[in-house]
Amino acid sequence: MKNVLNKRNLITLVIIGVLFFVVQLLIKERIITAYMRSNIYWIGIYIILGLSLNMIIGITGQLSLGHAGFMSIGAFAAAVVLKTNPTLTGLFIGIGIGVLISLAVSFVVAVPTLRLKGDYLAIATLGVAEIIRIVLNNLSVTGGASGISNIKMLMSWPLLYTFVILTIFLTHNFKNSAIGRACISIKEDEIAAEAMGINTTKYKVIAFMFGAALAAMAGSLFSTTYYIVKPDSFGVNTSINILILVVFGGMGSLSGTIIATFIIGLVNIVLQPYAEIRMILYALILIIVMIFRPQGLLGSQELSTKLLPNFKWKRKEKSS
Amino acid sequence: MLEFLNQIINGLSLGSIYALVALGYTMVYGIIRLINFAHGEIYMFGAFAGMLAITVLRLPFFLALIFAMVVSALLGVVIERVAYKPLRKSTKTAALITAIGISFLLQNVTAMVMGNNTSAFPQVFDQKVYDLGGIRINSLQILIFGVTIVLMFLLQFIVLKTKLGRAMRAVAVDKDASVLMGVNVDNTITITFAIGSALAAAAGVLIGLYHIRVVFWMGTAPGLKAFVAAVFGGIGSIPGAMIGGFAIGLMEALVAGYGGTMWSPYRDAVVYLLLIIVLLVKPSGLLGKNVKEKV
Amino acid sequence: MKKLLSLLVAFLVIGGLTACSSGSGEKVAETIKIGVNLELTGDVSVYGIPERNAFEQATAEINAAGGIDGKLVELVIYDNAYDQAKAVQNTEKLIEDGVVAILGSATSGMTLAIAPLAKDNGLVVFTPSGTNSAVTMDGTNVNPWAFRACFIDPFQGQVLANFASGDLGAKNAVVMVNSGSEYSKELARIFTEQFTANGGKVVETASYADADTDYKASLTSIATKSFEVLFVADYAKNAGLIIGQARSTAGLETVNIIGPDGFEDPALNDLAGGAQNVSNVFFSTHFSTLSNDQQVADFVKSHAAFTLEKYGKAEVPSALTALAYDAAYMLFKAIDNADSTDPAAIRDALEALEAFDGVTGDISFDKFHNAVKPAFLIELNNGVPVNATIVNP
Repeated sequence: MKNVLNKRNLITLVIIGVLFFVVQLLIKERIITAYMRSNIYWIGIYIILGLSLNMIIGITGQLSLGHAGFMSIGAFAAAVVLKTNPTLTGLFIGIGIGVLISLAVSFVVAVPTLRLKGDYLAIATLGVAEIIRIVLNNLSVTGGASGISNIKMLMSWPLLYTFVILTIFLTHNFKNSAIGRACISIKEDEIAAEAMGINTTKYKVIAFMFGAALAAMAGSLFSTTYYIVKPDSFGVNTSINILILVVFGGMGSLSGTIIATFIIGLVNIVLQPYAEIRMILYALILIIVMIFRPQGLLGSQELSTKLLPNFKWKRKEKSS
Repeated sequence: MLEFLNQIINGLSLGSIYALVALGYTMVYGIIRLINFAHGEIYMFGAFAGMLAITVLRLPFFLALIFAMVVSALLGVVIERVAYKPLRKSTKTAALITAIGISFLLQNVTAMVMGNNTSAFPQVFDQKVYDLGGIRINSLQILIFGVTIVLMFLLQFIVLKTKLGRAMRAVAVDKDASVLMGVNVDNTITITFAIGSALAAAAGVLIGLYHIRVVFWMGTAPGLKAFVAAVFGGIGSIPGAMIGGFAIGLMEALVAGYGGTMWSPYRDAVVYLLLIIVLLVKPSGLLGKNVKEKV
Repeated sequence: MKKLLSLLVAFLVIGGLTACSSGSGEKVAETIKIGVNLELTGDVSVYGIPERNAFEQATAEINAAGGIDGKLVELVIYDNAYDQAKAVQNTEKLIEDGVVAILGSATSGMTLAIAPLAKDNGLVVFTPSGTNSAVTMDGTNVNPWAFRACFIDPFQGQVLANFASGDLGAKNAVVMVNSGSEYSKELARIFTEQFTANGGKVVETASYADADTDYKASLTSIATKSFEVLFVADYAKNAGLIIGQARSTAGLETVNIIGPDGFEDPALNDLAGGAQNVSNVFFSTHFSTLSNDQQVADFVKSHAAFTLEKYGKAEVPSALTALAYDAAYMLFKAIDNADSTDPAAIRDALEALEAFDGVTGDISFDKFHNAVKPAFLIELNNGVPVNATIVNP
């Protein structure tokens, strides 16, 4: 942290920049087609969702089955605002409102329920998401069961990329901050963490709210990408699909979640032409991967520029 | 008052269905702490097996019920051996994802083989309606209620009075210690799965008979509700699953019956809200034991 | 070793599937590609699959008759699994595949995800069964590229309300609505509006969730009210159960039950617990297999033969099948009339179609691209249609 512009950060920045311009160029030259682009949007939005859930499950070790509920809050907030103000400003206002509501709801939910352990917490979060969905189903502002349609499509590669990088930056820093380390200690051993003087409830609530806010942000992006939001898009199945990304990639591994989302996105593309068999193959892949690699692709490790050959250089700096 | 009593009967018959499914859930959870997400799909599989036994194999109803229970028990055993056993040493979340995968698999294979349409379960009994001074009870309601109670006592007997039950309880408390005591852990778990799956199949067949509609996605919603019921009553506890099932059935019936236009759309939300409140007051459910963690 | 073997098998299966598909795609002759974007998996696949079957039947028939202007029709079919992300991705893929128009989706929700994209790309999207009024709209204007082959919920809701207060002479009604279904809620709303405007009163609206199978609680409560007609705004999968359970509830044994086109389903009687329970039941629909129209009789026969040969099971066409069959033929006719496969020419020709003689009646489009056509009101007695009244728009 002493030297923000150290070599490692510079390399990361260069990679981020190059990736952006390469993809931008490929889209301009139509090498990445509209279809590929819409798949990239899907992958980007689900990377944000996966990373946000990873904060709760992977880092803090609290099983949540209700992530889609917080996603729906952001989705409907943005949709409502975009109906009256179909501009980027409208989208940002929508994201802001969604994040605020999501923070408030997650706070109300988290403070009592995070006292629960493991599966009891899972069922409580599932219940909360169902309550959110049923309320949306019966709320007239959000269009009831048919939801909101004809939402202005504002998604673009620069917009997506900005939010994905922002999310990676935020979650990475969260994981490596004092708060993140406190959260990891809760996951490893809650009693020991408490004995070490960590206020476990406080950190669990922080991680939960952080994840919920990011999920709302992803929900807002979702609604400006797919023209329509309806409450039944945010049921238990969506929560489970996000959970799959986290477990598949490795709980607690940010890069694992990103890679897993890419792989699932690719699997979706490959399986697209096979209607009925698609879900069967998807289920088989899920089962086989879990049997062979129950810890997920990367376990709790990270892929990062640390693995590049500048390892020695960093060590020298430390000793000086 | 009459309407209220009728609503209580509606709630109890709905609740006995949740209870039947919840019994299997709670057994499996009690022994290996796995939320078996595929349990609802085994219930669905059982309903189809029972239907085919009646329409294709032309078995009489009670033989069809036994047939469905046996076939589903075998399916449960296969699933346990192939998909869950390799994961016994890894994290609970990994096992949860596998269970979800199994659930996807069973649903989609069924949809492919049996078609996506709703099928109608053959009506083998003439339903009789008994009118007790305005309180109406259907013969099928009595059958389901009766079977649920009998199965619960049978289970309670197995778990508390037999050698197998003792092995189950031992494995539930401490797997490693039970190995040292000469318990065959693998077999005990497999048998638990077989019993749990047979129960789910029984529920599937009975509900097929009662509610008629059989379709590949029919397991999802009762599976979820039954899970809620099991948690509500204290997961791992057999009477708890029963009480949880009845409590949720009653709540749903009362909200649907008396909620009116204003509240009846929020019926499921009310159920979940009450569940959360119960968990907050009694974090291990109504009859669950509060296990203190050792430091 | 065992693990490796099973992994190998899995890969072989996937690889084999991929190989199969890539082999059959190439054709030398020039074809007209039409995109199909439907719900083929998941809970709502029950709507998508019959529509796909109808599209395939229509295509097989037109190709057997020499195609359109000498060109064969080729369907490109993708499953959207009732997920708007997939519906949008499919549409992008269909555009890339070079389709001239898109048929689908079966539900309003998915069509609403496709329609704006189709409009931006100048491609017709034609839904057989998306009944939500917003489907063909772009804000307050019509979406020039979106069409539907069915009448819309407001028309059906009004027909039913007028029937209830007119033919049935009802003053008080109870409405049962599926709170998870846009279709059900919209119908209930329009029915209530029109029934009230006719001087009647909706004394109770009872809600249930989509996956419910037990309606006894609501029915017991409803039975305490005084009313003449029960409107069940849902598909047969729920409505059938409701009819059956109502008939065993004290006070509801013979009450008139009316419903929308969703009642049109061969399984209705079975779901209601037997044909003896299905009396005093009335519903409006697009299509009836028992119509004495020769064209309908032929379609029922040819559809059974086609599905038996292609999928190994003879299917009875439902209203969705019939609507999809008409939609496919209307599109073929438009391509034929346009004498071109240019999407804009097809759009103009489709819009100009008038009084198209389909199995669901004579179809034209109004200025909002909704199909204008008659509704059938069918009365069931012991599960058998005894009366069919045609209600013209």
